[in-house]
Amino acid sequence: MTALVHNLVLFGRVLRGLGLEVNPGRINDAVDALGHVPVGARADFRHALRCLLVRRREDLGLFDEAFDVFWRKPAQGSSARDLRAMGERRRVRPPRFGPAPHRGEPVGRDGHGENGPPKREGWPILRATVTYSPSEALRHKDFGALTAAEAAEVEKMVGEIAWRPGERRGRRAKAARGPIVDLRRTLRRSLRHGGEVLAWESRRRQPRPRPLVVLADVSGSMERYTRMLLLFLFALAAGLERRAEVFLFGTRLTRVTRQIRGRDPEGALREVARAVPDWSGGTRIGEVLGAFNRGWARRVLGGGAVVLLISDGWDRGDPGILSAEVARLQRTCHRLVWLNPLLAAPEYEPLARGMRAALPYVDDFLPVHDVASLEALAARLESLGDRRPDRRQHVRGVVPARPAGEERTDEHA
Amino acid sequence: MSTLALLRSIDDVQQALRERRYLASRGLATSVYLALKLRRPLFLEGEAGVGKTEVAKVLASLLGAELIRLQCYEGLDVHQAVYEWNYSRQMIHIRVAESRGERPAEKELFGPEFLLHRPLLRALDDSCPTPPVLLVDEVDRSDEEFEAFLLEILSDYQVTVPEIGTIRAARPPVVVVTSNRTREVHDALKRRCLYHWIEYPSFEDELAIVLARVPEAPERLAREVAGFVQELRRAELYKLPGIAETLDWTAALVALDRQALDPGVVQDTLGVVLKYQDDLAKVRGTAANAILDRLAART
Repeated sequence: MTALVHNLVLFGRVLRGLGLEVNPGRINDAVDALGHVPVGARADFRHALRCLLVRRREDLGLFDEAFDVFWRKPAQGSSARDLRAMGERRRVRPPRFGPAPHRGEPVGRDGHGENGPPKREGWPILRATVTYSPSEALRHKDFGALTAAEAAEVEKMVGEIAWRPGERRGRRAKAARGPIVDLRRTLRRSLRHGGEVLAWESRRRQPRPRPLVVLADVSGSMERYTRMLLLFLFALAAGLERRAEVFLFGTRLTRVTRQIRGRDPEGALREVARAVPDWSGGTRIGEVLGAFNRGWARRVLGGGAVVLLISDGWDRGDPGILSAEVARLQRTCHRLVWLNPLLAAPEYEPLARGMRAALPYVDDFLPVHDVASLEALAARLESLGDRRPDRRQHVRGVVPARPAGEERTDEHA
Repeated sequence: MSTLALLRSIDDVQQALRERRYLASRGLATSVYLALKLRRPLFLEGEAGVGKTEVAKVLASLLGAELIRLQCYEGLDVHQAVYEWNYSRQMIHIRVAESRGERPAEKELFGPEFLLHRPLLRALDDSCPTPPVLLVDEVDRSDEEFEAFLLEILSDYQVTVPEIGTIRAARPPVVVVTSNRTREVHDALKRRCLYHWIEYPSFEDELAIVLARVPEAPERLAREVAGFVQELRRAELYKLPGIAETLDWTAALVALDRQALDPGVVQDTLGVVLKYQDDLAKVRGTAANAILDRLAART
């Protein structure tokens, strides 16, 4: 039995090395559990360890692999090497040690003295202004046309924009002036006056920040903008703590929420680059959005999320699929914002087939090519109201013509 | 306690669940068995309609215990989940005392007779012969504040009511927590539980479930329905049908006196299985007929 306990401890260490969160208490539980499960029954032994040591569906496969490698007969070869190889594959996951990503580090890094460290309760209230005076010209220079020196300066500016994607009224009520009668406090207060109710105490539903979901195109046609957009996403993820979800796509969808979070931007970018298999390739926006709608929408669009879709709209797929999936995405989120770097050019018309197919289902259509446009975006997000934007019912497949000169972001008053 | 003591192995649990027409996989049976033995909450995750809630119901009937269900939602707070004071009774008490020229002490007003027990507090109540089964359903619908609150209950089986003190269960309830995973539940909560992910069943398992749950269904119909649903789960749909949908569909077809699937009846009843217009539009017609052809070719 002691040898088994020893092995269990070792196994726990292996799992920790692979990124599972296994604390010593869990190993104790596992030892207890073995008192109830015959160790000889290998399948039961596996199930028992699995329900104790795994806490996420994503980790189930990894656990099974590690189990097979670790709990086999020693004659079958060196297990140490295999396990290390598994760790390699797993490296896309950020290491669990090191500084906590979003506590010590103020949101905008060094630029946000007036906010102080972010408070634990509540979320940092930030303004969409740059805290030091940048050169105006640089703020309006297209990301694709920056020199190396300018890029460094602009990266700093991008990192300092603050993000706050609006609020919605939550369902949790707290003591405040408001419409809900708080009987509990009313009665307590009345006791002071011998049970006479002199005033009704009240409660009010508290606002909650909206989650933000970003779907960013990193295909070949977006290459000039990709680096700056990733830095922008890094700043966004850092500012919103757990409330931002980030996905990148070309022909496939990759979730990089974990990779892009915390640490320094360069490190995060390296992690992201490692995680995305189809960097700078083609685009299939429709299929990718379909994959998102089926696999992720239910998990990340809860709580009235705002979705930022960043792409130039050059799509090699079927525009019919694209418009159907964009329509679906719009229906399942609070607000769908399409950011297009090409929108900067004054003569730009959304002629790309994909862009035309998607446009009727987009709530805001905004540029994203320079610092000024990012600041405008931050300001726009901050001012989002509680109400859903008015949406017209569209007939599937019929793209209404936009009258010339109509403002591009006409969907809201 | 007697039933609990009778469950001496994983096989016993699996067998007992089967007797109540719940066909659990070996992995699930192991988790249930360990949750009972180690007295830990069981955290069940899985897609909608794979039978997470049913586990708690069957466990309650198996153990001869009361099932206490707490449906979670955003904004769920202590006063709906744990306890509340009976304000109207308190008011009346004050008035009655007043009419006698007395003034009730605060201690008196916040005593046990004015306490309303909400589900979590009831689950800690020791008065019933067997500890109850507490089902915390769809915990992913609640918010972080409530999750934090659940921690005390799930780790120590106790709650603190400020006016009375800490209430602790001498015999802990059997706790089942379910989540549809519409968001990631905090690790601190999962850490206190045994975790099990319920997969969609294989064809054989699903057929067995259909036959067990809808015994009046002809074998051929059950086989075709299970096969059809298995095929649907391979299609690119927004919402894949769960076992609950399979059972509903079978029951619907039995009610229509069907012995087998045919294109017409699939067309008419597909809404029992697929609940999104986009999915229905995709499957109805040619796709559905293709599945039927494939099923026919297989037999």
